[in-house]
Amino acid sequence: MNEAVVHLYPSGPLMVLIGNPNCGKTALFNRLTGGRQKVANYAGVTVERKEGKFVTASGKTIRVLDLPGAYSLYPRSPDERITCDVLLGRAAGEKRPDLVVCVVDATNLRRNLRLVLAVKRHGLRCVVALNMSDLAAKRGIHLKPEALSAELGVPVVSTVAVQSNGIDSLLALLDGPEVWRAPLPPAGAGADAQASEQGEHMAVRRILQKLSLDDLVPHTPSDRIDHFVLHPVLGPVLLAVVLFLVFQAVFAWAEAPISWIEGAMAWVGGFVGGHLADGWVKSLIVDGIIAGVGGVLVFLPQILILFFFILVLEESGYLPRAAFLLDRLMGWVGLSGRSFIPMLSSFACAIPGIMAARTIGDPRDRLVTILIMPMMTCSARLPVYALLIGAFIPQREIGGMFQLQGLVLFVLYLAGIFGAVLVAWLLKCFTRAGRQVRPLMMELPSYHLPTARNIAIGLWQRAKVFVRRVGGIILISAMLIWFLSSYPVAPKDAEQSAIEYSFAGQMGKAMAVVFEPLGFNWQLSVALIPAMAAREAVVSSLGTVYSLSSDDEEASEKALSEHISASWSLATALSFLAWFVFAPHCLATLAAVKRETGGWTMPLIMAGYLLGLAYLAAFVTYRVALGFGLG
Amino acid sequence: MPCLCRNEENKEKDLGTNKQADAACLTLDRATIGDTLAVSRVEAPEQSPEWGRWLEEIGFVVGEPVRLMARAIPGGDPMVVRVGQSTFALRRVEAACISVKPIEAFAASSLDQVVLEAA
Repeated sequence: MNEAVVHLYPSGPLMVLIGNPNCGKTALFNRLTGGRQKVANYAGVTVERKEGKFVTASGKTIRVLDLPGAYSLYPRSPDERITCDVLLGRAAGEKRPDLVVCVVDATNLRRNLRLVLAVKRHGLRCVVALNMSDLAAKRGIHLKPEALSAELGVPVVSTVAVQSNGIDSLLALLDGPEVWRAPLPPAGAGADAQASEQGEHMAVRRILQKLSLDDLVPHTPSDRIDHFVLHPVLGPVLLAVVLFLVFQAVFAWAEAPISWIEGAMAWVGGFVGGHLADGWVKSLIVDGIIAGVGGVLVFLPQILILFFFILVLEESGYLPRAAFLLDRLMGWVGLSGRSFIPMLSSFACAIPGIMAARTIGDPRDRLVTILIMPMMTCSARLPVYALLIGAFIPQREIGGMFQLQGLVLFVLYLAGIFGAVLVAWLLKCFTRAGRQVRPLMMELPSYHLPTARNIAIGLWQRAKVFVRRVGGIILISAMLIWFLSSYPVAPKDAEQSAIEYSFAGQMGKAMAVVFEPLGFNWQLSVALIPAMAAREAVVSSLGTVYSLSSDDEEASEKALSEHISASWSLATALSFLAWFVFAPHCLATLAAVKRETGGWTMPLIMAGYLLGLAYLAAFVTYRVALGFGLG
Repeated sequence: MPCLCRNEENKEKDLGTNKQADAACLTLDRATIGDTLAVSRVEAPEQSPEWGRWLEEIGFVVGEPVRLMARAIPGGDPMVVRVGQSTFALRRVEAACISVKPIEAFAASSLDQVVLEAA
């Protein structure tokens, strides 16, 4: 993997890929550039910018930009606006492309060709890559590139991006000088867009009639699969089974890699600690940086496994169907099926979920989806849930079928989902935009067998983005929280644990006044401060507060659970669990929201309402539990 | 569902199909599953005029063959629609923007005429 940053690329000719969504553009991009890709954002907007380069047979280095998929050059989402701006040379910091490769889905010519004509109308040199030509042939659509080329007046090559030799003809074409020197087509008058659009529509129809491709498509294998997948009864059942299996796998498969990462971080901490003199430098590096970074890395296995399934489902074409099946359900709370995919990601971690919300075209839907995302139970909450459930909930069978402990965990998951539904519903009721009907218009692409290559590249990119995004903020907040809980240093003859003398300890005691109505004691309040860096830090900081120092993490966790079950009431424990379902305990999430919404307004609103909800939930839980005599 | 056919508007989109539009006004949301139909008109609701362009962009243009493939439960909303060679999920209100008629009504001659006019 080439880690070069963008300004290190040689200034070769710039080629852009453009095409309708689902035309196989990204597969073609992967095939052209291999792993040599750089993922970033376009200047000033949170639209993913993917650039790569490749070398042709004669040694020409070509830069490629994979533009977001678009149906037309009349943008309806931020993604499509970028595509349009880059083509017109209006995007900040982007060069106007030397060549446009229009990726055309051969099974879907009518819609795809309109985009080609629109690109040509804007006076850009272009080449058509007739993608998925193998699939088209299977469906009985036999298309000669030469015939299409004669009709369109631009070079046309046929490609099969999922096969290794499927892009040879495209590479050969790009290697030659002709396509780069072809005279620019005359730019059409922009003023009469309506007329030129109608003209393009007619031109496409004429081309298709001439090539005798003007029929409705016959029954395809996809239709037969859809017969079951979209079946009114079987469809939802299948969806539930798929989701259940995915979650099973996320938790079952991640266990081993998580323990490896924990072991490795402990070893690194021990190794580095052994080579450093005692003092604040050692403390900062070992307790602050290594522990902080390790705290994030342990989520990577679960996130990667979840993303693996999401990528497979996406590549195969199932995810849009899942969104279709859930659309009505989400519609009741004012969202669309499109919000389902980001919400699924949030069960591993809210940050990739917030980034995935970019696929939602409607700005209002996207914002609401982002706002409710932190209530999905992410994997960082699990260690905290596990500690408290282990300490307070007896191991008992209910009705001979369910474990009480498992049942409580399930209720905590449901509480998060219920909170999200409630907030989305309130936003639907109390905002004007919420009651408007917003468009769905979602394409259900044909089913494909996912390719290992595309999955691997997608997984690698997401892992990189996650580590980079989270790494920065976690590092800074881990250092800050280390500072707060280490200074001022405890006096030599201290009787209490060191944290009690620190800023964090003092803050915790001040906060205890606020949290007293929830049944939280000051130790708990102190532990909430480190939780701002990462939720699961509550466990280790409770350990510090109760001054349990043990090298063996499992033993200390066990000792801690005995400790808290002796010193907290059940009402306090339940109230703490309720608090944790909602509280915005993750600075990295707030930073991601700031990045995605472009300002501090939304993260502040989000933190505010989540705090309110958490306080209310914990307060009610505590009072009700006291009422039942559990104090 | 009120009939959305209105002759006095969008004349340039009509492309000479007024007579057929008068004869029967069926919108895609009320079509029978599996019937092959043709788009006779696309008309966006007043409060969201951009839908017309969007629907045309994804392939719902006059004369294009369409077929209702499936309806979700409960309530038949959204629905799966085949247009040309692609498949889309549309909400019922979106499908109601699309007037359709049996494909036979679109004789080859009328299509040729449309093409000639455009040329």
